[in-house]
Amino acid sequence: MVGRDLALSAGLLGRAGRSRLTRLALLAAGPLLVLGVFFVLPVSGMISRGFVIDGSFDPGGVLEVLGRSRVRGVLWFTLWSAAAGTAMSLLLGLPAAYALHRLDLPGRRLVRAVLLVPFALPTVVVGVAFRQLLGDAGPLGWLGLDGSAIAIIGGLTFFNAAVVVRAVGAAWEGLDPRPGEAAAALGATPLQVLRTVTFPALKPALVSATTVVFLFCATAFGVVLTLGGLRYSTVETEIYLLTTNLLDLQAAAALSVLQLIVIVLLLALAQRARSTPDPTQQRVVARARRPRRSDAGVLVVTGLLLTFVLVPLLTLVTGSLRIEGGWGLANYRALATAGRDTDGTGVLNISVTDALMNSLRIAFDATWMSLLLGVLVALVVTRRSRTRAEQRLRSGLDSIFMLPLGVSAVTLGFGFLITLDSPPLDLRDSPLLVPIAQALVALPLVVRTLAPVLASIDDRQRQAAASLGAGPLRALLTVDLPVVRTPLLAAAGFAFAVSLGEFGATSFLAREDRPTLPIVIFRLLGHPGALNYQMALAASVVLATTTAVVILAVEQLRVTSVGAF
Amino acid sequence: MVLSLTDVGVEYDGVVVVADVSLSLADGRVLAVLGPSGCGKSTLLRAIAGLEPVSTGSITWDGQDLARTPTHRRGFALMFQDGQLFAHLSVGRNIAYPLRLRRVPAARREGRVRELLDLVGLSGFAERLPGSLSGGERQRVALARSLAVEPRLLLLDEPLSALDTALRGRLAADLASILREAGTTALMVTHDHEEAFTVADEIAVMRAGRIVQQGLIDEVWRSPIDVETALFLGYAQVLEGPAAHRVLEAAGLPPASAVAVRRSALQAETLGPSLQGLVAELRTTPEQLRLKVNVEGVGELDAVAPLDAHVGLGDRVGLRVDGTRLAVLADSANSGALGPSL
Repeated sequence: MVGRDLALSAGLLGRAGRSRLTRLALLAAGPLLVLGVFFVLPVSGMISRGFVIDGSFDPGGVLEVLGRSRVRGVLWFTLWSAAAGTAMSLLLGLPAAYALHRLDLPGRRLVRAVLLVPFALPTVVVGVAFRQLLGDAGPLGWLGLDGSAIAIIGGLTFFNAAVVVRAVGAAWEGLDPRPGEAAAALGATPLQVLRTVTFPALKPALVSATTVVFLFCATAFGVVLTLGGLRYSTVETEIYLLTTNLLDLQAAAALSVLQLIVIVLLLALAQRARSTPDPTQQRVVARARRPRRSDAGVLVVTGLLLTFVLVPLLTLVTGSLRIEGGWGLANYRALATAGRDTDGTGVLNISVTDALMNSLRIAFDATWMSLLLGVLVALVVTRRSRTRAEQRLRSGLDSIFMLPLGVSAVTLGFGFLITLDSPPLDLRDSPLLVPIAQALVALPLVVRTLAPVLASIDDRQRQAAASLGAGPLRALLTVDLPVVRTPLLAAAGFAFAVSLGEFGATSFLAREDRPTLPIVIFRLLGHPGALNYQMALAASVVLATTTAVVILAVEQLRVTSVGAF
Repeated sequence: MVLSLTDVGVEYDGVVVVADVSLSLADGRVLAVLGPSGCGKSTLLRAIAGLEPVSTGSITWDGQDLARTPTHRRGFALMFQDGQLFAHLSVGRNIAYPLRLRRVPAARREGRVRELLDLVGLSGFAERLPGSLSGGERQRVALARSLAVEPRLLLLDEPLSALDTALRGRLAADLASILREAGTTALMVTHDHEEAFTVADEIAVMRAGRIVQQGLIDEVWRSPIDVETALFLGYAQVLEGPAAHRVLEAAGLPPASAVAVRRSALQAETLGPSLQGLVAELRTTPEQLRLKVNVEGVGELDAVAPLDAHVGLGDRVGLRVDGTRLAVLADSANSGALGPSL
């Protein structure tokens, strides 16, 4: 008992501590190796291309890049569009988080599930949906917003309001209502309770959600690429343009490095915010109360958010059903073909349905890979530490495995291409290349889903099992598995959905003859012709539906840590 | 078979939590480590279980050093304060858990589970889930689970302190008889001296990470080593110097420099006894009257009187001293001759 308090005071590492660290190192070795080869190596390879010119280290060129007026414009746009997207997500997400987690509304579980769908929706699909909505022929075409910055911010909000609802909502639901009641009994008005009790308690979740949303907004790729066209470019899309179209690796590397630095800072911030609350705190699930008249404002905002999420999706569906002179399924039937170019040849090398099969197969591989890694990482970072040094080591590992969350998927994808192309790591033609990249993208989400659950298990349960004669593996099966089984399934579904929609890294890595569905949609969009565009709509609906089904199934499992950071 | 600890120390991050603990426990005996919360007794227990590495000294079983033996190979069952039953397993499966681990055939397993449930007084509870049990029932199941494989040593970490007072008393007696019946060697840590007295044969008093006194239970009880130990063992107050002399004299005992006095050692009576004083405080409890009596030259003494005694505040009463409820502190027994100390 006293030991636990004393453990907080600084000190040395005993001989027994070292053997614990050895075991920790063994457990962490696998994931670290994978991360090293498939993340650090590609990313640093990509970056070094920019810094090392003709065999000599030349940082001056990189600095020169940052002085270019186009680059400055890109940086500025990235910052303010991400800030605006974050602000909008919070504005719409916070009231909805409250309404859907603390009020007893009819059908609130369904609404929660619907609001989670955008988060896992393929970025390309969202881009298509917004273009369909805001385009000249779309229902909101008269606003003239197509290709504007507002459309991009709208797209970012569409995605990330879900993150706010999810992350803050879970914390809000688990908030003990009694301190608030105590404050009210002492004479605090509802607003004062919110300001003095509720928000301080939610602060870790709020800061964490804000950071993550800003991160997602600032590194958004598919949405900006499909909505921004050539007029608007963020750091992420600029890296893409610089590497693929302009072949200016130095500039791309400069931007990657800058992005990496900002992201590491942001993640460190999020980590701090996360570690503030007492981890031993018992989670309670507050009983939802009936809505009162004073909740009207909150409910209106929630309705707005729901509309904001549903309208683009509905536009997408109706657009896909429109054919020349009426309605029909012709666009869907065309999915069995490879599209048609102006010269009559196919736009794609394979049919859209084949691409869907590719996507599913790749997503399956990516899922098991990210689960395998995620479980190991979650185990490593949640085991109780005996010493401060061990504690620091574990939280350091935790941060390292969060890195893929923020590092540009484009950087990762391109890094794969240029570093994993020679023996002993010649993986260019390996069918596992795409799944591995996607697994890394999904890894932080898997870890964030599993780690809180594992951390919530009383360590004495494992000790009880051990004292009854269970070895470490057996104790894991007895104590951890029953608790983590459902979250594991949820994490699998989530990883699967993320992999299905992954676009940034895949756009570099997918082989010409084996593209995934998002890649195919993007290619169809890039070709003129009404049929190609309509096919892209239909393919988007198919992809969105597949993802939505997976996500709704995950939601049925009722794991609160899914999608919360 | 004997558990033996030699100069055992445990550190957290360089801070010493347990220091120089030497103990031994023979087959079939029950030892209670008694100490206030935060004294390191649970850490000591966890070290014996193999859950905390020792930084100095050694823990041996039958002369064999256990430093390299992991928890699950020690054959010591540890029972937690709150049982730590596996919530997803029924009572029967919880108890059968260690038997399954050792691949005991199903038929024997079932018989053993029934036997254990009978032993802890929970026959017919096999199908229940831990969540549906009361705190006392849960602890009984945890005990049955710990006893299932006849551990060579049973470690009990405050086994009863999560329960309410009445239940605690009853369960302590049950625990004592169950341990005797099963012939289990056990080491229990607790902060409750009554629990220790009910369950254990031997006692070790622990304070600030060190064992300050150990021995057979009535030895320790009759002669606590110092003031703090005496108070911790439930003595109401410790008198020193002239006060000690006066009280010992009244009991017809040889003088000593310090004596621990139980509340019930001093009985208020209207007549006779040599020790007299004025009633300064009076409180009624269900069993007796509790008094504070101001005795000239001694100070305020705790005393009791029967419920029907006619005493009031300010009355002069005599105090009869029961010598069997006094304890001369061990380190002061020989120093009494040196005369009064202030």
